[in-house]
Amino acid sequence: MIAEWIVVICTFGYLLLLFALAWLGERWRERGVNLAHNPYVYALSLSVFCTAWTYYGSVGRAAEGGYDFLTSYLGPTLMAPLMWLIVRKMIRISKVEKISSLADLISSRYGKSITLGVLVTVFCIMGVLPYIALQLKAIGTSYQLLSGETLYQPLQLASFIWNDSLFYMTLGLAVFIIIFGTQTIETSGSHTGLLTAIAFEAIIKLFVFLVIGSFVSFFVFDGFGDIFMRIQANDTLRPLLSFRHNTDNDHWLMMMVLSMLAIVLLPRQFQVAVIENTDENHLKKAIWLFPLYLLVINLFVIPVAFGGRLAYFDTSVSGDSFMLAFPLSFNQRGLALLGYIGGFSAATSMMIVSTFALSTMFTNNLMIPVLAQMERFKGVNFSKITIYGRRLAILFILFMAYLYNRYVVSDVPLVSIGLISFVAVAQFAPAALGGIYWKGGTKMGAIAGMVTGFSIWLYTLVVPNLIATGFLPQSILDQGLFGWSILKPQALLGMDTLEPITHGMFWSLFFNTTCFFFISMGSTQSSKEWNQAELYVDIYKYSVDYEDKVAWKGKAYVSDLRLLLQRILGPQRTDELLRAFTTRYGSTWEKQQTADSRLVNYAERVLAGAIGTGSARIMISNVVKEDEISLDEVYSILRESQQMMELNKQLQTKSEQLRKAKVALEAANERLKQLDEQKDDFISTVTHELKTPLTSIRAFSEILFDNDDLSAEERSGFLDTIVKETERMSRLINQVLDLEKLESGEQRIELLPLALDMVIRQAIAATSQILEGRQLRLHLPESDLLVTGDQDRLLQVLLNLISNAVKHTDPATGEITVSALSTAGSWEVCVADNGRGIDRENQSRIFERFFQARDQTLKKPVGTGLGLAISKRIVELHRGKIWVESTPGKGSNFYFRVPIRYTIENVEN
Amino acid sequence: MKSKKILIVDDEPNILMSLDFLMKKNGFEVFVGRNGQEALDIINAERIDLVVLDIMMPEVDGYEVCQYIRKTPSLQHIKVIFLSAKVKESEMQKGYDVGADYYMTKPFSTRELVKKVKELT
Repeated sequence: MIAEWIVVICTFGYLLLLFALAWLGERWRERGVNLAHNPYVYALSLSVFCTAWTYYGSVGRAAEGGYDFLTSYLGPTLMAPLMWLIVRKMIRISKVEKISSLADLISSRYGKSITLGVLVTVFCIMGVLPYIALQLKAIGTSYQLLSGETLYQPLQLASFIWNDSLFYMTLGLAVFIIIFGTQTIETSGSHTGLLTAIAFEAIIKLFVFLVIGSFVSFFVFDGFGDIFMRIQANDTLRPLLSFRHNTDNDHWLMMMVLSMLAIVLLPRQFQVAVIENTDENHLKKAIWLFPLYLLVINLFVIPVAFGGRLAYFDTSVSGDSFMLAFPLSFNQRGLALLGYIGGFSAATSMMIVSTFALSTMFTNNLMIPVLAQMERFKGVNFSKITIYGRRLAILFILFMAYLYNRYVVSDVPLVSIGLISFVAVAQFAPAALGGIYWKGGTKMGAIAGMVTGFSIWLYTLVVPNLIATGFLPQSILDQGLFGWSILKPQALLGMDTLEPITHGMFWSLFFNTTCFFFISMGSTQSSKEWNQAELYVDIYKYSVDYEDKVAWKGKAYVSDLRLLLQRILGPQRTDELLRAFTTRYGSTWEKQQTADSRLVNYAERVLAGAIGTGSARIMISNVVKEDEISLDEVYSILRESQQMMELNKQLQTKSEQLRKAKVALEAANERLKQLDEQKDDFISTVTHELKTPLTSIRAFSEILFDNDDLSAEERSGFLDTIVKETERMSRLINQVLDLEKLESGEQRIELLPLALDMVIRQAIAATSQILEGRQLRLHLPESDLLVTGDQDRLLQVLLNLISNAVKHTDPATGEITVSALSTAGSWEVCVADNGRGIDRENQSRIFERFFQARDQTLKKPVGTGLGLAISKRIVELHRGKIWVESTPGKGSNFYFRVPIRYTIENVEN
Repeated sequence: MKSKKILIVDDEPNILMSLDFLMKKNGFEVFVGRNGQEALDIINAERIDLVVLDIMMPEVDGYEVCQYIRKTPSLQHIKVIFLSAKVKESEMQKGYDVGADYYMTKPFSTRELVKKVKELT
C-alpha cells in the first residue's frame, strides 16, 4: 500500500533522529545542561514500560477481552505511590553499593554471591529475550502491513537474513546502544544521550497514539458514544462491554499483582527507575506523572479496539493491527506512516533499555566473575575486556532476539509473550523485596526460591508453548509428565480452574516464596551476608559515611589496590577517584603501606560501579589478604558503630537541647530585664508619686514647727493639708498593693451570681456627695442585670469610672449618664460624661499605670493614676473588656463588659 | 532695699502653697508658675532673681526652662535651684549641666532651702 522504500527511509530516518537527539543530549551535558538530571525526563523514561505491547497489543487484548487489558496499567498505577517506599530504598542501596543492575542488587544482598548474579542474569535473559523478540515481531508485522498488499497477509520471511530490512533495523539499534551506552566502563553514571532519546520516544508514542485514537474515534466513528452504541447493538460483540466477560476476580487480582511487580523488577524498569536515577526527589514527580502518562496512553485503547471489531467484523484482521489498519483502510498514508513510527518508537525504546540492562548484567554478573577466576586472566586489564564484552553482549542479545523472532515466534499474540515475561521477572520478587525488608533472607533461600520459581515458570508457561510449536509431544499437556496427571503443565496438582498465565504465576510464585522463606529460616547466613542484610534493610541508617560501617578485617597493600583500580578504570580515573577519597576523609593513606578498611571498601565500591558488585568482590579478594571474619566480630563492629551513631545522635540531641535551652534562657533573661526595667519604672514612679505628698507634709510640718506666730486660720489650713496629703499617700500605697495583688494573681476575685443593677445603684449612691451640682442620669433596662462576678470589685470599677467622670467635668455643666445594655452573653455598662474628652493617642494609654493625660496643665488631676489600671485588671479577671470612646471637647464614654456566664474555660485561662 | 523677686515653679498645688508661704515669710516677692510655660511667661515679664524649679512638669519641663534662662543673654543674672523628686546621680548631674546653681531633692528641708535661697540672692 505504501512503497517499501518510503517505509525504509522513514524507519532509518527516525533512527537517525534518535542518534541526533542522543548526541545533542550528550553535547548539552558537556555544556552543563544535563537532561538526565531533569525530573520530567526521569518520569518520561519510566514509560519504557509502554512497549509495542501497549501500542499494538493492548488494542488487540481489548478487542478480545474488553477491559481485561487494564490490569497491566492499573497495577503500575497502584504501585506508583509505593515507589516512594520501595524504589527509593532500592535507589539508596544502589547508590551506596554502586549497584549496576537487578542481578547486582540481588547478588550483593546475599553476600555478593556470584551464583545468584549468574542465576538472575540467565533468568533475565531467558525471560526477557522473547519479549525483545516480540518487539521485533511488532516492527516486522507493522512494516509488512504497511508495505504489503492486504491488511491480513501472513507474515512472510525474507529468504535470507541479509535481504531482511528488519535485520538492518536491529543492527542499527545495536549500534545506537553501543555508541550511547558503552562509552565508559562505569555503569552507575547516567547515560544522558540514551535517556534523552528514551524521553523523546515516550513523547512520540503517546502523541501518535492520541492522534490515531482521535482519528478512529472522531473521524471514522462519531465519537465514543457512537462506538459503544454500535457494540451494544451487536449481539456477538455486546459481551465485550461487560467486566465479567472472560475474566474473573482472581484473574484481575493476579494480573494486577503481576504488573505491580513488573514495574519494579523488569530489567528495563530497574534500569531507568533505579540505576539511571540521579536524585531521589525525582520520584516525587514520577509518582503522579507516570500514572498520568499511563492513563492518557490508554485513553483510546477501548475506542480503537471496539471500533476495530466493528469495522473489521467477520474479517481476519487481527486486533493487534487495528492501529495501522484504520489509516490504511481509509487511505490515509501519512497517518499510517505516523502510526508505524509510533509503534516503532514504542518497540525501540523497550529494546534499547532492555538490551542495555541485559548487557550490563551479562558482563558484570556473568562474564567477569567467570573470567576473573581463571588463572590466565590474572593481571589482565579488564577495562577493555568489559567494554568489548558489553558491546558483544548487545549484539548477541539483539541477534538472538532476531533469530527468536524469525524462527520461534509464530502467531503467538503479543500479549501472552509479554505476560510470560512478566511472570519470569516476578520470580525475583521474593529475593529482591524480601532482601531489602527482611534481614533473615539467606543466599540458600534466595537460590532455592528462584530456581524453584523458574522451573515452575518454565514448565507451566514455556513448555506449553514449546508443545504448541511442536518441539515437545502433546501428551505432556494432556496427560502430564510421565503420564502423572498432577504434573499437567496447565493444571498443576490438579488445579485446573485458573487461566494458564494466572495458573503459572500462582504456582511459581507460591513455591518460590515458600522455598525462599523456609529455606532462609533453616539456613544460616555467612558473615558477609549478614553484613549486607544489615546494610540493605537499614540502608537509611547506614547510607552516610558508608565506608566506616562495613565490617572488614584483613590486610591489603595500597600499591596493590592502586594497581587493581588502574587495571580496570585506567590510571587517570584511578587518580581522580583516590583524590576524591582523600578529600572526603582527609585520609593519609598515601603515606602508609597498608590500606585501612575504609580504603579497601571504597576501592571495592568504585570497582562495583564499573564491573558489578560480585566481580568487584573477586577482584578485591585477589589483592587483599582477607581474614574470614566471624559473625561475632561483624556483629561487634556493627554494634560498635551503631553505638557510636547512637552516642553521636544523643550528643546531637543534647547539644540541640543545650542550644534550645540557651535560646530559652536568653529570652527569659531578656524578659527579666524588661520586667526589671518595668519594675524599675514602676518603683521610681511610685516613689515619685509618694514623694509628692511627703514633700508637702514635710514642708508644712516644718513650717508649723518653725513658726509660732501663725494665725489660727493658717495653722488649721496647713494641718488640714497635712492630713489630706497623708490620706493621699495611704490611698496610693493601698492602690499599688491592690494592683500588685491583682496582677500577681495573689488576689483572686470571688465569682458569684449577682445583680449588676444593684451594684450600679450602690455606686451612684456612694458618689452622690461629690457631684457638686453635676447631673447624673441612670438608664437601666427593666430586667435584672444578672452576671457572674465579684460584687466589691465591680463596685470598685464603677466608683472609679464615675469619680473620674466627676473629676473631668465642670460642676455647673457636667452631665454623667450611666447606662447598661445586653450584648451577646454579656452586660455592657457605659459611663458617659460631657467633659473635655481624651485625645485619640491617649485613649489606649489611659489604662496604663500612672498614665495621666499630660495636657491637664492647669490642675494636677486628683487621683493616683492607678484607678483605671486596676479597673482594667478587674474587668479582665472577669473575662470582660474595658475601653473608652471619646471626642476631645465633647466628652468620654467608658465602657466595660462582663460576661453573664463565667465558664470553666475562661477560669482556666 | 527692694525685695528680691523669686519664682516658684511646681505642678503640685500644695508644694506651691508651702513654698509661697516660706518665701513670703522670709521677705521675698513671690511669683508662682504651675508649669514650665507659665514660668517662661513670668520670667520674660518680670525681672526675677531666683527660680525654684521642679523638673517633672507637663509640656515644658524644668530642664528646658533652665536651658532657656541660660541661653538668653538678658536673663544671665537669674539663679536657679532645682527642687525635684529625681534623686539619681545622672539626673542631678543633668540639672547642673543645664546650668543650675543648686539641686535639692524632695522631700526637702525648708530650713536648708531658705538658707540656700538667701545665699544665692
